[in-house]
Amino acid sequence: MPGLGASFGRGGATNFLEDLANSDAIVIEGSNMAECHPVGFQWVGEAKARGAKIIHIDPRFTRTSAIADLHVPLRIGTDIAFLGGLINYVLSHDLYFKEYVVAYTNAAALVGEEYVDSEDLDGLFSGFDAENRHYDESSWQYEPDDSPHEGSDQPGEAAEQKRSDQHPDVKKADRAQAAGSGGPPIASKPKRDETLQHPRSVFQILKRHFARYTPEMVSEVCGVEPEVFEQVAKWVTENSNRDRTTAWVYSVGWTQHSVGAQYIRTCAILQTLLGNIGRPGGGIMALRGHASIQGSTDVPTLFNLLPGYLPMPHALQHSTLDEYVADAEGKAGFWGNKRAYMVSLLKAWWGENATAENDFCFDHLPKINGDHSSYRTIADMIQGKVKGYFLVGENPTVGHPNSRMNRFGLANLDWLVVRDLQMIESATFWKEGPEIETGEMSPETIGTEVFFMPAATHVEKEGTFTQTQRVLQWRHKAVEPPNDARSDLWFYFHLGRILRERLAGSTDPRDRPLLDLTWDYPVEGETADPSAQAVLREINGYGPDGLLSTYMDMKDDGSTTGGCWIYCGVYADGVNQADRRKPGKEQGPVASEWGWAWPLNRRMLYNRASADPDGKPWSERKKYVYWDEAAGEWTGLDVPDFEKKKRPDYVPPEGARAQDAIAGVDPFVMQGDGKAWLFAPAGVVDGPLPTHYEPAESVVENGLYKQQANPTLEMIEGPWNRANPARSEVYPFQVTTYRLTEHHTAGGMSRTLPYLAELQPEFFVEVSPELAQLRGLANGEYATLVSARTAVEAKVLVTERVRPIKLGDGTVVHQIGMPYHWAYSGISTGDSANDLLGIVMDPNTHIQESKVSSCDIVPGRRPRGPELLEFVEGFRRRAGVPSGKVGVNGRDPVEADAGEGATY
Amino acid sequence: MLDVKTWLDSWPVYRQLTGSDPMGRGKAARSKGTESTVSRTATADRVVKSVCPYCAVGCGQKVYVQDEKITQIEGDPDSPISRGRLCPKGSASKQLVTSPTRVTTVKYRRPYGTEWEDLDLDTAMEMIADRVLDARHKGWQETDGGKRVNRTMGIASLGGATLDNEENYLMKKLYSAMGAVQIENQARI
Repeated sequence: MPGLGASFGRGGATNFLEDLANSDAIVIEGSNMAECHPVGFQWVGEAKARGAKIIHIDPRFTRTSAIADLHVPLRIGTDIAFLGGLINYVLSHDLYFKEYVVAYTNAAALVGEEYVDSEDLDGLFSGFDAENRHYDESSWQYEPDDSPHEGSDQPGEAAEQKRSDQHPDVKKADRAQAAGSGGPPIASKPKRDETLQHPRSVFQILKRHFARYTPEMVSEVCGVEPEVFEQVAKWVTENSNRDRTTAWVYSVGWTQHSVGAQYIRTCAILQTLLGNIGRPGGGIMALRGHASIQGSTDVPTLFNLLPGYLPMPHALQHSTLDEYVADAEGKAGFWGNKRAYMVSLLKAWWGENATAENDFCFDHLPKINGDHSSYRTIADMIQGKVKGYFLVGENPTVGHPNSRMNRFGLANLDWLVVRDLQMIESATFWKEGPEIETGEMSPETIGTEVFFMPAATHVEKEGTFTQTQRVLQWRHKAVEPPNDARSDLWFYFHLGRILRERLAGSTDPRDRPLLDLTWDYPVEGETADPSAQAVLREINGYGPDGLLSTYMDMKDDGSTTGGCWIYCGVYADGVNQADRRKPGKEQGPVASEWGWAWPLNRRMLYNRASADPDGKPWSERKKYVYWDEAAGEWTGLDVPDFEKKKRPDYVPPEGARAQDAIAGVDPFVMQGDGKAWLFAPAGVVDGPLPTHYEPAESVVENGLYKQQANPTLEMIEGPWNRANPARSEVYPFQVTTYRLTEHHTAGGMSRTLPYLAELQPEFFVEVSPELAQLRGLANGEYATLVSARTAVEAKVLVTERVRPIKLGDGTVVHQIGMPYHWAYSGISTGDSANDLLGIVMDPNTHIQESKVSSCDIVPGRRPRGPELLEFVEGFRRRAGVPSGKVGVNGRDPVEADAGEGATY
Repeated sequence: MLDVKTWLDSWPVYRQLTGSDPMGRGKAARSKGTESTVSRTATADRVVKSVCPYCAVGCGQKVYVQDEKITQIEGDPDSPISRGRLCPKGSASKQLVTSPTRVTTVKYRRPYGTEWEDLDLDTAMEMIADRVLDARHKGWQETDGGKRVNRTMGIASLGGATLDNEENYLMKKLYSAMGAVQIENQARI
């Protein structure tokens, strides 16, 4: 979530679904909310019934568009140009919320003299290292305030760390995500010009940066008529002021791009200029696609993060705890307490064994030193570098792009453990995968040992999910799981128990982290199921007097524990707050007594911004959280996202640290300067400001800059991941992937259910009547889609829901819609859309560009067996793409030849 | 002998003409069979509060249990977020639990094997522990590029985003203690 994290300080939706009812306008962009989050969409319906304008900006016409007052079908992959156009409209028509922008954003901050904008370098920012394809961000820094406050107790270390921040291995390790709860550390508070007139003020830089994003340019790049653009601009700006607010809603239609984080940054800039953050009916609603996807980043199973968005220690930067916290030590904002959060985590993991003398077992943590994300790991698997793999409720051979490459990875492991409810494709690739038919692999060549371990469903175990608006909700166990089915909590607890038993008595230092671990959870019932409540209590944390109620009480001396500091408070007052179920009808609109939201049950983030700098509501209509002078505290409908007793006129004294260095007018309490960032001097690796780049496989030339695509985008090269060249005549059409209401991601939880399989029985693609005519496609008949990866077949749905985009120079861009749920198992079967896609990634997040790629489409079914390989290779040859032929199990042909004798 | 009133009452048209349902769309049209039907939600042994496992809206669910089996899953009207609604997936989630194709015993495929084999759960756990220790050892790195990393590159993991927070927490804790760093999640996607 670096897009939101770097802008506001926390990587989470800023508002909550029910609050959409308070919006005066809602823009849904990069999301088909009505079909993908249907129950959440009721709040959009509620807003519409109260008179709000609903705008849907999306290449496809969907049920979301049908409800909207206006559907804007823009060309796939051009949202930054569209949003940039809106920013330019707001700035050039003087429609920004002046008091809000001056007081609550970094608009007045001055940027250093070395900074050069992409407008002056034809699409590149200053600091670009062409060899490593990454930026050195040092020229993007603020001009320091006259009294520079280095802020670190170890200035030498902090300076050293600042230098090493720009090392390619550190960049690759995805440090940007560590801004998920706490803005990226900055060197010092900036010099400011409150008039916003200084040419190096963020405000003036922003104005120049977006000046060319005119309605005409938007029309040219996005294929949206200037009148339609003006209509959107009018509705959004008319509904963003003291009395009115506009909300923006997005989903993976924004994140799954090679510039995904910057899509969100563009929206963050716009919503900040309009004064819509931290106010009722405003905000940026990030719609997550899975029950606990927010939870899975908060309490991450991600290579670069520890719980609570603390970064994984990096080998080049963090050999000791002091070095680890040096970037935050003494800094303004709540990130300034990083040491307390980290020591509490180490105490939760290594208990009594973690002492001040041994650096609280900091050295027990393994270190990262590059990109260890899942796609990179798959490439390593194909090369035989990874021995064992656990797939826990995930089906990458259907749900991940380039599923074929994923299967090759699995075929080169020593062993694989699959934990799931059904016999998913990732467990049967060795027997039934498409590469068996093409002859690229067979059971006799695959040495992977596979364990299928049956899992428990959501009603057969207890625990919490964190849903899309950061709310933790406790689930009770209804029944025991059948036979050998067990929860993942059971599996990992007992695996850990067995490992520790095996290693008991070991004197090898590398076994200390396992042996020193706190691992004594109480177990229940015949199967010895560990107590999820005990785990949640550990996550919450303890102090000398028992369970903690707030992370404000966490200490850096080892006297407190806490497995995830941002979840501290979920057991406030010794009560499982996630299990609170006071009916909605018996509560006010914020419903603070249903479940528990991080941080500290604050439902709307940055809500101090719902009041003016003096602490008074901006208007009676949008009254939310405000200063009560008589009581001497902040009050209102929600828990204030601010220190309760900090006066609005509080000015930090010289040398103040952490939260004490945040002024009474600074609502963005996780940021080092307390401000929302229009310009990001740190935390976003591909530029301090968003810039329109074409997708990697665009069929169109970038109309704004010479730089065609994101210069820092990430690629994985190999015969199994060939890229379609941009603007290729061989792959002339754009294709976008999406979900249906009746299916769920890779289909393991939906294609296996009779009701759902009946509702959406087969794989299809949506094409326009114009494209159908161009390629001779007939509704209801088969078509074959081809990329440099492979070819897949699907039934054709000819519909005006997808429309060709006509550009100014007469070029017509055809767009194809393709749901991605299918594969060969289950009740409803079909080819996998993800086989068609390659892997190209956003450098901030390592998220793939699956929302836009290119292909050809021809009538009829695809060839079978080895003929399929020849068919696809023929397209590659014509497009000038290197061969995609692979050796046994996807290995490099030469390596496979050499290895054959050794393998069997 | 059947009394006349009962006999007439069994005739829907009579009920329609004489009762409170002149349109014949409600009570008058109900048959004896319908009247004697009892919903399975009414006879459930207990109702358990849960949350839908599909998308991230987090709709409240009421799970009905009878004889230790799930008999129905419905939306929870108490939830201020979902107000009792469920989408087609959430409404079908009983089938997720009771699906006849669900696999509930351990299956094992040996290297180069052509078929699944059955395996006892405890044996499988011991075998996996053996392999974890072996892969951890084979992929161990004390240093990389001259810097201390104390980790293993032999083990990787990919989790779905339907994992509970508590499960993610134990996974990250255990993997980190064993030195595994290639730990990933659907959240990346």
